[in-house]
Amino acid sequence: MNPLAALGRGTLDILATIGQIALYAFETVSHLLRPPFYPREFLHQLVAIGWLSLPVVGLTTLFTGGALALQIYAGGARFNAETVVPSIVAIGIARELGPVLAGLMVAGRVAASIAAEIGTMKVTEQIDALTTLSTNPMKYLTVPRVLAATLTMPLLVGIGDAIGIMGGYLVGIWRLDFNAANYMTNTVQFLETWDVVSGLIKAAMFGFIVATMGCFHGMNSGRGAQGVGRATTQAVVSASILILAANYVLTEVFFAA
Amino acid sequence: MIEMKNVSKAFGPKQVLRGIDLTVGTGESMVIIGGSGTGKSVTIKCILGIIRPDSGQILLDGKDVTKEDRDAFLARFGMLFQGGALFDSLPVWQNVAFRLLRGSLKKPKPEAREIAIEKLRRVGLAPDVADLFPAELSGGMQKRVGLARAIAAEPGIIFFDEPTTGLDPIMAGVINDLIREIVTEMGATAVTITHDMSSVRAIADHVAMLHAGKIRWTGPVSEMDNSGDPYVDQFIHGRAEGPIEAVR
Repeated sequence: MNPLAALGRGTLDILATIGQIALYAFETVSHLLRPPFYPREFLHQLVAIGWLSLPVVGLTTLFTGGALALQIYAGGARFNAETVVPSIVAIGIARELGPVLAGLMVAGRVAASIAAEIGTMKVTEQIDALTTLSTNPMKYLTVPRVLAATLTMPLLVGIGDAIGIMGGYLVGIWRLDFNAANYMTNTVQFLETWDVVSGLIKAAMFGFIVATMGCFHGMNSGRGAQGVGRATTQAVVSASILILAANYVLTEVFFAA
Repeated sequence: MIEMKNVSKAFGPKQVLRGIDLTVGTGESMVIIGGSGTGKSVTIKCILGIIRPDSGQILLDGKDVTKEDRDAFLARFGMLFQGGALFDSLPVWQNVAFRLLRGSLKKPKPEAREIAIEKLRRVGLAPDVADLFPAELSGGMQKRVGLARAIAAEPGIIFFDEPTTGLDPIMAGVINDLIREIVTEMGATAVTITHDMSSVRAIADHVAMLHAGKIRWTGPVSEMDNSGDPYVDQFIHGRAEGPIEAVR
């Protein structure tokens, strides 16, 4: 095989997929605004995507907050700046680690389950059945999932931020001998509203990415168990990469000097 | 009346339909036969608008299906899918009453449930099946639920995609009889695709044989055995030797 041709084909495939995903996301948003709506499906997805992701997000940020406190203490000790631990833990969690790690964990949990479920529905003709029953699969399957993920991710990250900061706090007072009241004061004093809000905006974007990738790859799943397996893998990988890329772009937009 | 005029469809380099001409009269039961991969399912999906044909025209009562209002158009159809295609996340009765619980045909929940239970009874299932989930049912029961869902909104046209595939011969006979009874009782137009000859003889008024993306032969079921077409003869007698290559 001609390696140049293979490279060209690969590039074209990637560009085509990017185009398809962009059109799919656009179509999702356009369906989001037009009836019919399926509130029961939406409520179901709020629970499946939001509520059931809470333990995963909570545990992730708890341990990350704790490890962050230890790292910053060790780093800060090199130039006698151990007192920055509370503020940097809070800022680091709220601006960056909370939304990104929660986004990645939810990508693993939610994008995979959405892609597997919709992919299986596609393979077993349930998507065609929806169409013959006068129900648009975009409205019935995609819109409730994307909307639920976009709205619940900021909530999840908000709670995750609090738990992450608590992780740092617990390590701070138990392991690093911080005074509890001082730790809290430092945290609150240096944390600005925008630190938290910017993280929550990122979270909404990540939620949109996760659900859209899950639905897109599910709807375009290949045949059989192998097709669904591949769709699931692609959903998680593409959601994770897009989250990291979007995180950079949003950070650039929000915080570039 | 459903009319397909010179309908073609290719998937990438693979030409599946090469100019299908087929007419199904109102109230008639048409069975399309043909080997696996000859485009039977694609034909039905083209009529339903799930797959868009590359060329040709499909008319329903003289009107182009692509120009009709989608909702009103689909409300006239019911379809039984090959594997049942029941929604795993919903209990049986909500599967059957799916169309009655949302959209233009929406009815109050208790009424929809009552209709679902009545349709389940019509296909020979007890009311206590209504609250089970599809995964808890046997293959035959899933087919029956799929059939109940297809007839729930009393459609004028019903499609059956390989209704007996994967069933034991007795259950296949039961489903064939049910289809025949229901179609006659409702006065519906039926299009069935199958390669099960017992289905053909039980269900069909007319038979069309699809081969290599074209309608090879069509006529009343009574004339099928004397069609004089070697392709039809080979297919209905299941001979390995003949004009149709056994390896596809």
